[in-house]
Amino acid sequence: MSGAILSLENLSVRLPEGADRPHALSDVSLSIASNEILCVVGESGSGKSMMANAIMRLLPNEVKIESGRMLFEGRDLCVADTAEMREVRGAGIAMIFQEPMTALNPLRTIGDQIGEMFSIHTDLSKAEINARVLALLADVRIPDPKLAAKAYPHELSGGQRQRAMIAMALALDPKLLIADEPTTALDVTTQAQILKLIRDLQQRKKTAVLFITHDFGVVAAIADRVVVMQHGRIVEQDTAHQVLSHPAHPYTRQLIAAVPPLKAPPPRPLSSENILTISNVSKTYRTGGFLGRGARVTAAVKDTSLDLPKGATLGIVGESGSGKSTLARCIVRLIDPDTGSIVLNGKDWAKLSREQIRRETRHIQMVFQDPFASLNPRRKAAELVAQGPIVHGTPRAAAIAEAKKLFELVGLDPSAGDRYPHEFSGGQRQRIGLARALALKPDVLVADEPVSALDVSVQAQVLKLLADLRQRLGLSIIFITHDLRVAAQICDLVAVMKDGAVVEQGLVADVFGHPKHPYTKALLDSIPGGEFAREHETVSV
Amino acid sequence: MDALKRYFRSPAAVIGLILLLVVIAMAISAGFLYPRDPLSLAGRPLVWPFSNPRFLLGTDNSGRDIAAQIFYGARISLLIGGVATAIAILIGILVGAFAGYYGGWVDNVLMRITEAFQTLPNFVLLLVLVAVFGSTITTVTIAVGVVSWPAPARLTRAEFLSLRNREFVQAGKTLGMRDIKIILGEILPNALPPVIVYASVVMAVAILLESALAFLRLSDPNVASWGNLIGLGRDVLRVQWYVSAIPGIAILVTVLAVSLVGQGLNDALNPRLKSR
Repeated sequence: MSGAILSLENLSVRLPEGADRPHALSDVSLSIASNEILCVVGESGSGKSMMANAIMRLLPNEVKIESGRMLFEGRDLCVADTAEMREVRGAGIAMIFQEPMTALNPLRTIGDQIGEMFSIHTDLSKAEINARVLALLADVRIPDPKLAAKAYPHELSGGQRQRAMIAMALALDPKLLIADEPTTALDVTTQAQILKLIRDLQQRKKTAVLFITHDFGVVAAIADRVVVMQHGRIVEQDTAHQVLSHPAHPYTRQLIAAVPPLKAPPPRPLSSENILTISNVSKTYRTGGFLGRGARVTAAVKDTSLDLPKGATLGIVGESGSGKSTLARCIVRLIDPDTGSIVLNGKDWAKLSREQIRRETRHIQMVFQDPFASLNPRRKAAELVAQGPIVHGTPRAAAIAEAKKLFELVGLDPSAGDRYPHEFSGGQRQRIGLARALALKPDVLVADEPVSALDVSVQAQVLKLLADLRQRLGLSIIFITHDLRVAAQICDLVAVMKDGAVVEQGLVADVFGHPKHPYTKALLDSIPGGEFAREHETVSV
Repeated sequence: MDALKRYFRSPAAVIGLILLLVVIAMAISAGFLYPRDPLSLAGRPLVWPFSNPRFLLGTDNSGRDIAAQIFYGARISLLIGGVATAIAILIGILVGAFAGYYGGWVDNVLMRITEAFQTLPNFVLLLVLVAVFGSTITTVTIAVGVVSWPAPARLTRAEFLSLRNREFVQAGKTLGMRDIKIILGEILPNALPPVIVYASVVMAVAILLESALAFLRLSDPNVASWGNLIGLGRDVLRVQWYVSAIPGIAILVTVLAVSLVGQGLNDALNPRLKSR
């Protein structure tokens, strides 16, 4: 292709023996022209990040480029030596990463770290470098560039850190910018701003951008062309419009269908009887300070009242730090609320003693976010599920037998009970976590971001399972999520939290269809891919 | 099983294991090979090694068979190493687990006590304990154990601190488990590998501590231990140096074996650290 900045030709990257497949990338060919944004989409393990690292020649030692060429400005990067690569990195190709906190050195100021790009690659004087750094920070629209240059990474917010990373990447006007999931760790409103920033800068500087993401919403928001990857191969490659509206490959169609749309399904009838009533719950954290001096007081949850009708699903949505997880943990009493009452089945849960909680806990159970951290790695799956009933007095053999039945209920092979958690995939682990919570036959299930760590197709399956179980077992669910699209799919009611307080609550269709609070409006407007998110066809849950 | 395979892949770990097995074999076979009391008079004093086939490693300044003392000494060293390590690790795990799990004032109290022990040099504390409680083999072993627990306690605490907020621990709480069950059944198995590895260090140090005590003639004089033999050899160190050197080599080999096994365990149990 003419005008290509970077072209990969039949690139294959070999994984070490014992990996789940022989090649991280097999026979990958693509090219990026200047002044375009190429999105690489795929689920985890599809090899998209491996590709970014291969281009930068930052592969782990035991991973080798096997064959193919990577042409960048007429030079084959596959055979470039380390000195040549150093010249290319930063000046020719720059990279931004997913987690700006770990990508920045915590001991040096932002200005210092950006300035380093110039002192390594150019002979500018100190004053010139300083001026350039400030200009760059102004370019990425950090509020006060002078202050930001003097700040250490922990003094900036996540969004500002990512802006600083972008400033650093663009310092030497690279021909190509590789962005590896740059907005995945950010809140949705921040994500929208960063996407807009990348778009603007790219258009102004005519940089080519290779944008790696798992989110089709982001693709819709930013991409000119799209490459879809599966198991290290490119399955489809076309313009963004073509891929999003007329996907050719079945895998692409399946991925797009799995993206939850923002459209709420028709409302279900709600019971007039409340199973759980939360009134005026507050939780305040006090940290540090000696004898009350210099102490920091954070109100994590402020005077929150919510009702959960029997059999309904109440979504609590909000960005990080909004207090939604603290509220969830107050409800199951992993955290003790300071004030307020949590009435479950006529009992004030907030007033019970530790010992009473221990005995009553089977009425309310929790599903956790991280499918890797929430299962004890040293217990077999069946044992994990049987633990709860055993604690509450069921004989071991009966509990294990019951666990196998639950495995079937959550769509796992009952014989899988003899395996350890690491032998399961993320989605399967989340099913085990669900089975564990259901083993105690709870009335209320509190799910804290249960699908956030999962790939989009697995996410759709787990949501479907939850909806199905809710119907069959008559569960009432409190569903915590940061993803409004997911909330729209599964919830009957939704409460929007900001800074520890509920700013708006009601039926999903009302809140999302006619938001009243400006923050809800801002959240809804920030969902990447706007029109695409609302309109695209999908499998209904 | 993977861990076992990884263990045997490292030559140093295998050598360590063989050496340790040799020492254990010496301890077991001492009774068959040298049925007589190793501390009884056997012949002329200060016979050089390899000069008399009856005393392969010679005799010490009182005319006792050095080879017999080395074999019986293996028993004492392994006994002290094993029992003292068990005591130290047990106290360490209990203190570390409770401090790490509960935090707050429990952690404060337990850690201040641990620090009080740590600020005193191990050996000085050991001397005090032996001086107060006497120097039988039992008190020496317990004393060595009692001065060695702070480091395992800190290690266990650190592991508990990082594990106690994991979601699987929170899941255990929401299932209604008692604290003690969460500590012992859920967290401890996950916290154990680094502590087991550290146990090898404790064991090596315990063996050295006993030898040092014996060298000062403060250990139990009524048992044949390597340290006692070194202590005896001190009087004839310039001429008949072998009296001290032979048990010295035995200690060196045993401590080396234990350290190599510990290193091998570390690599086997934490495979990710290996491929740096």
